[in-house]
Amino acid sequence: MLGLNKKDFTLLLIVAALVVFAPFILNPFPADSAMAQFNAGYPDLMQRFVIFGIFAIGFNILFGLTGYLSFGHAAFLGVGSYSAVWMFKLLSMNIVPAIILSVIVSGLFAMLIGYISLRRTGIYFSILTLAFAEMSFRLAYSVLTPITNGETGLQLTLDDPRILGETATATGSIPVTNFFGIEMRATEVMNVGGWSFQFNNGYYMCAIVLLLAFYLAIRIFRSPFGMMLRAVKSNQQRMNYTGLNTKPYTLAAFVISGMYAGLAGGLMASMDPLAGAERMQWTASGEVVLMTILGGAGTLIGPVLGAGFIKYFENIFSKINEQVLHSWFHALPDGIENAVVWVLEHFVGSGWHLTLGLLFMLVVTFLPGGLVEGGQRLGRLLRRKDAEKKTATQSTPAE
Amino acid sequence: MDAIILQILNGLDKGSAYALIALGLTLIFGTLGVVNFAHGALFMIGAFCAVSLNKLLNLSFETVDPTRTDFLGNPLKVKTPYIEGWFGPDLGHAIIDWSVPLAILFSIPIMIAVGFIMERGLIKHFYRRPHADQILVTFGLAIVLQELIKHYYGANPIQTPAPDAFKGSFDFGAMMGFDPNTIIYPYWRMIYFAFAAVIIGGVFAFLQFTTFGMVVRAGMADRETVGLLGINIDKRFTIMFGLAAAVAGLAGVMYAPINSPNYHMGMDFLVLSFVVVVVGGMGSLPGAVAAGFLLGILESFASMNEIKSIIPGIDQIVIYVAAIVILLARPRGLLGRRGVMED
Amino acid sequence: MTNFLTRRGLLKTGAVTGAGLALPTIFTSGASAFTNEPTGGTVTLGFNVPQSGPYADEGADELRAFQLAVEHLNGEGDGGMMQTFSSQVLEGNGILGKKVEYVTGDTQTKSDAARASAKSMIEKDGAVMISGGSSSGVAVAVQGLCQEAGVIFMAGLTHSNDTTGKDKKANGFRHFFNAYMSGAALAPVLASQYGTDRKAYHLTADYTWGWTQEESIKAATESLGWETVNTVRTPLAATDFSSYITPILQTDADVLILNHYGGNMVNSLTNAVQFGLREKMVNGKQFEIVVPLYSRLMARGAGENVKGIFGSTNWHWSLQDAGSQAFVKSFGTKYGFPPSQAAHTCYVQTLLYADAVARAGSFNPCAVAEALEGYEFDGLGNGKTLYRADDHQCFKDVLVVKGKDNPTSEFDLLEVVEVTPVDQVTYAPDHPMFSGGALGSCNAGA
Repeated sequence: MLGLNKKDFTLLLIVAALVVFAPFILNPFPADSAMAQFNAGYPDLMQRFVIFGIFAIGFNILFGLTGYLSFGHAAFLGVGSYSAVWMFKLLSMNIVPAIILSVIVSGLFAMLIGYISLRRTGIYFSILTLAFAEMSFRLAYSVLTPITNGETGLQLTLDDPRILGETATATGSIPVTNFFGIEMRATEVMNVGGWSFQFNNGYYMCAIVLLLAFYLAIRIFRSPFGMMLRAVKSNQQRMNYTGLNTKPYTLAAFVISGMYAGLAGGLMASMDPLAGAERMQWTASGEVVLMTILGGAGTLIGPVLGAGFIKYFENIFSKINEQVLHSWFHALPDGIENAVVWVLEHFVGSGWHLTLGLLFMLVVTFLPGGLVEGGQRLGRLLRRKDAEKKTATQSTPAE
Repeated sequence: MDAIILQILNGLDKGSAYALIALGLTLIFGTLGVVNFAHGALFMIGAFCAVSLNKLLNLSFETVDPTRTDFLGNPLKVKTPYIEGWFGPDLGHAIIDWSVPLAILFSIPIMIAVGFIMERGLIKHFYRRPHADQILVTFGLAIVLQELIKHYYGANPIQTPAPDAFKGSFDFGAMMGFDPNTIIYPYWRMIYFAFAAVIIGGVFAFLQFTTFGMVVRAGMADRETVGLLGINIDKRFTIMFGLAAAVAGLAGVMYAPINSPNYHMGMDFLVLSFVVVVVGGMGSLPGAVAAGFLLGILESFASMNEIKSIIPGIDQIVIYVAAIVILLARPRGLLGRRGVMED
Repeated sequence: MTNFLTRRGLLKTGAVTGAGLALPTIFTSGASAFTNEPTGGTVTLGFNVPQSGPYADEGADELRAFQLAVEHLNGEGDGGMMQTFSSQVLEGNGILGKKVEYVTGDTQTKSDAARASAKSMIEKDGAVMISGGSSSGVAVAVQGLCQEAGVIFMAGLTHSNDTTGKDKKANGFRHFFNAYMSGAALAPVLASQYGTDRKAYHLTADYTWGWTQEESIKAATESLGWETVNTVRTPLAATDFSSYITPILQTDADVLILNHYGGNMVNSLTNAVQFGLREKMVNGKQFEIVVPLYSRLMARGAGENVKGIFGSTNWHWSLQDAGSQAFVKSFGTKYGFPPSQAAHTCYVQTLLYADAVARAGSFNPCAVAEALEGYEFDGLGNGKTLYRADDHQCFKDVLVVKGKDNPTSEFDLLEVVEVTPVDQVTYAPDHPMFSGGALGSCNAGA
């Protein structure tokens, strides 16, 4: 189907089902219950899951297939965001031209950086990409402020020209981003019993883009081009000795993954029209590396899982404060309640980084293949019978 | 001219910190083949050894002074460090004053222990794993270490002053025949530079002139062959990890009076020290040291007003520009060896 | 968390179908008049503060103040500044009889993370007001978000002119003072202390707040006769300022002005003292250092080096008015140490919001904004204060402070030198340093 083999098609269907029903899946607890804290089914976080999923899928095309570890991919995401916001400022609030421009600009930027950086391999390549990204960040934060609005981030204002749209709405507000009239931030709420499910236009827009991006990634993974990239990973020297010039292939992979990052950046700006320089900082580049490794580098679905994992902790665990903890454990006797709260406090709220760091260590120590391997082990445990078959599914690492 | 001399001094000073961190990082790269993202955290822990000793020496008992009041209007509790009670105010004060130099002694066993525990407890399981996994686990460790420090010491910088004797600055200009007060340099920064030189010299001498060092160097060049000769190279590598941790820690202890330590100072130095190591060339200790000083001096020159007025913002990016130029001109950095971390 | 999100520009089902989704008709469409209208017995406020990164301690102090304010609003504790507040409509039974609940989040001092956190408060928790923050970049970013979403933003610590200047928003309000006010208050004191014949050298953090701070203090000192020798931008990421400080030795400048905040300020001040600048004599005058924006929490990191150095601050716990004393007592009794200026402004902002809701009789952001605009109050620690309608900036006295020579405790670092009266720091709404933006119209969302 769609040029995919059966396994890949099933995977695509599973992913499609997951993203379409995400508003239900991510909201398992009634809104009134104490566990509602763990619900992640609100528009902003769902959008972030999907957008960072796209970012990580793109990163994985480079890292998972060719083994080139770029430490500067956030620069492309940032450039994509800036392009999109400038499009909203100058042209119109329609997201289509904005996203097209962000993909093109980040592609060109990736072409330039890739052309130079790919002259080196291994850690030398990583440091070159890091250097370019850090330069972009620092300049955007300071000297390039006329273009990037520096620390504050590039925002829309009431006096932007928007030549194909309106400068301000009739009520005196900044117009909202839309897809041919469909407003990105409009949300429908469905209340069923104690549950409240939110359906956001922007989220579904992102979801459609994710599915397209995912489909394209599968096709790349399974194509002769993808095979060539894997050959580069296993032994580039041998490839060169056979008289084959690998550079066009690696450069193509670099540019494609840069365009994925630009797409993610453009979508991010389309959901929330602001572009901040921190998006390009090395920590942001490091984050996508962590997402990919955590989920399982070289697997199709791993990077998306890794992205979801990190964003979940960032957004959910950081919001659990002392008050929430007390409300969970108020049934316990006072002394025990305070002790439990005191212990847990270290790991939530302002301590969310600690939990994340510990989980990085645990996952990579015990699940060498990342979260995907965890899933596989779980699957094997559940269905011991066809354990043999299971390891051969499409989620097997590329190696 | 005096401006240039001053910037060279500044550069040597910054370079000392970069070189010390990069030296430890290269020891771990070169001997163990591990990408250690927790190395910045070791530097930070070193600085907090100084902070901790300072706090320890300042442990105080309270006496109530009814003549003065605190912010709530209650009688003021005056704190006196126990040390001053035990040794008398003068000697006690002197001990507290010298807390940073004392912390050098205090930190060496701690840093070596931290290094051993890290290597035996965690890193050794990752020798045969891909570099990506090493990055993830050491990055996780770095986060955990810095969060623990944040939990006990807070996020704000903590002042850790140098002994009063070293507080002033030295008038270089007068000595070299310039006008007085044009080229002055703080004593502590000069001590930092001298200290770094001693440590670097010590590490090189250790590797060059001892049998242990010889074996380690052989192991860096060809681990398998050394193993085949029946030498327990693993044990030596553990010791090297402890040594690298101690070097990073000492760099941190001595840095504490220059800039007040805070919990994320390790992350601030991490990326920079990787750039330094790679520019120096993978697997080369002299390369790491040379790159540290080179980038330190370049950074200082780039922050001169005359240069900033020609290229605005150059001081923000000079290190990265230099890294790109050097890596494009010399494929393996300044002194890198072929085949180390190239795939 | 019982009320559900309904947003401005809710779409008709038809349009959603157009996006390729056939939706069943069981959706409840927006029946409320504004975003997150509280319908139950509680109202949720969102406190968005830095919990990680360099300003985490400041964020923690803000959070303490918010918790204290919520306690007082709900009638617990000793009531703090609610007793001294000139407006007495708050009764200690929550806001409009609804019990106040709150949610917290981590801004990480990054615009993106701060917006994500604020959005989750609005979309998931139903917050009707967002407050907090410790940097201007974050304040401006979150203020823009609140404007779009239709909730009120009560800014925390943000000192850039832009927050109520070119980036001002109808739904955003700032109690904290700004860079212009710092300059206007500080310059006369500097002139009387150090004379009018001085040559100043500026080191400025290279981002928007630093630039507005530099512009403000430069204009203020120059108008009193000072000469500006040079203004040098330093990278935000800089930790060692030695290479920016040594060039000062080669100039004939006799004052160094550090337009730095937080960790930058601690390091640049420490470095400047290391290089012996404070013992230096230039043109027969003692060399001086000035830090325009002081933060007591951060000043601790610079230790001895702050002694005798002038700066300005929004509020200080040693003030003797009834409001300040009530607040210090209530905060100090609960937490064991005096509050910071960040804690003070956050506490006051929460009270002011609650009071405006009570006076307006509605949580509707437009009604609240109207109640706050042009509102004059007293008893909250800064004397008589006006929330100006033109730009939603509070106008009040500004404190000029100096690092204390003989501190009695670790909190006793600053002493108030002068309380600059509000008239001296007031400026026209169309002042060039604040021009360029427009408030726009208030947005109630839904």
